[in-house]
Amino acid sequence: MAKYLLLKHYRGAPAAVNDVPMDRWTPEEVTAHVRYMQDFAARLEKTGEFVDGQALAPEGAWVRYDGPGRPPVTDGPFAETKDLIAGWMVIDVDSYERAVELAGELSAAPGAGGKPLHEWLEVRPFLTAPPTVTE
Amino acid sequence: MDEALLRSLTPGVLAVLVRRGADFAAAEDAVQEALVEAVRGWPADPPRDAKGWLVTVAWRKFLDQARADAARRRREAAAEEEPAPGPAPSADDTLQLYFLCAHPSLTPSSAVALTLRAVGGLTTRQIAAAYLVPEATMAQRISRAKRTVSGVPFDRPGDVATVLRVLYLVFNEGYSGDLDLAAEAIRLTRQLAAALDHPEVAGLLALMLLHHARRAARTAPDGSLVPLAAQDRGRWDTGLIAEGVALLQAALARDRLGEYQTQAAIAALHADAPTAGETDWVQIVEWYDELVRLTGSPVARLNRAVAVGEADGPRAGLAALAEVDPALPRYTAVAAYLHERDGDPAAAARLYAEAARTAPSLAERAHLTRQAARLNAREDR
Repeated sequence: MAKYLLLKHYRGAPAAVNDVPMDRWTPEEVTAHVRYMQDFAARLEKTGEFVDGQALAPEGAWVRYDGPGRPPVTDGPFAETKDLIAGWMVIDVDSYERAVELAGELSAAPGAGGKPLHEWLEVRPFLTAPPTVTE
Repeated sequence: MDEALLRSLTPGVLAVLVRRGADFAAAEDAVQEALVEAVRGWPADPPRDAKGWLVTVAWRKFLDQARADAARRRREAAAEEEPAPGPAPSADDTLQLYFLCAHPSLTPSSAVALTLRAVGGLTTRQIAAAYLVPEATMAQRISRAKRTVSGVPFDRPGDVATVLRVLYLVFNEGYSGDLDLAAEAIRLTRQLAAALDHPEVAGLLALMLLHHARRAARTAPDGSLVPLAAQDRGRWDTGLIAEGVALLQAALARDRLGEYQTQAAIAALHADAPTAGETDWVQIVEWYDELVRLTGSPVARLNRAVAVGEADGPRAGLAALAEVDPALPRYTAVAAYLHERDGDPAAAARLYAEAARTAPSLAERAHLTRQAARLNAREDR
């Protein structure tokens, strides 16, 4: 088994095929999209492949240490050009092929006109602990 | 086995141990172990006196641990082998536990966790699952909290306001997860109300019951949010409403108004309206004025603007909104609503879309996106 992170972006990913802002969908299409995402996570829980899923707010800030006795420096809100993560799903699957297959299904979530979004998702393997048997 | 009964006995049992001289942290561990043993053994062999059984077993667990510690540290256990029966635990003991677990030296998240465990009798695993954190994290939070309050004398009266804030936090955490935190908060507040005659305790209990009554109507079968005005009022729990209103009336009659009674009064006025259109918004605005006076809370000001919009029209609502800090969560959603009522769907749609982007939860984001979509679809036609 190997863990993969499926990353969804607010900004920074290549444009989706069905690229219409959500507030330009119909209310029913919004509902259908939300249900698809919920059903997808529920299905992965049933197959024993779901680990975690979270959504992130679009606002935030850069923060860094600024030396002893000084408060951290913050820089925010983010510039319009920043690559912006919207959320993630962590899956634990048997192969890279399975991770790609699931990311493809997630990318097919319905959007405007009830048609698949075809949005680009990032698939990233986790680094693992060193194996017990090394030779 | 009645697990609710078992858990309701927790604070009384813990109080007996503390009264007998056990330190709080060790006593709390011992009670947890006794509860675990009860869950395991009672279905096959239920005791005649549940509380007596728990006290005996918890005390034995405490002594075992104290002896083990004593042996290890080569000094005497603080506790006597066979204690005097000690005073019968009273409502006051339970009350002291509430005060201790909500002690001002604790952070809100620690006070919540400690209250759920030591007063609520929940396991660390249950509490961790309810707050979506790893069990080890919650265990650390609880043991740090116990260390923080270990020096606090058990007999000193505490601050009711801090206890109420903790219970309110538990209630407001919502309905996610296997453990029903809202129901748990109601149970703990009921227990507190039985131990302490105080109008704000009654006010908080009334507030919880009145909100809990609407629970079934608050979400659609697909999990989406149903706003108050669109809820099927036939699905509101009339029993809970009646109980909440009766509690509130008795509390208000004592003429010691506080923030929870005020919030409960607003909830009661909503509960009282057979349809959304029959809501007494004028009275609701008056109660919000009271709430702003009592708390100065910016959230109260924001909600007041909605009520003013209903009572005196959207223009008045927008004027009231102009006095609220725009950085407040849900400010933009309120602005969108008032602009729609004011006959400006284009501005409303734009604001709903903006509100969706900054929504603090996924359910609200979906709801606000649907509102924007509804108005945009109408515009496009």
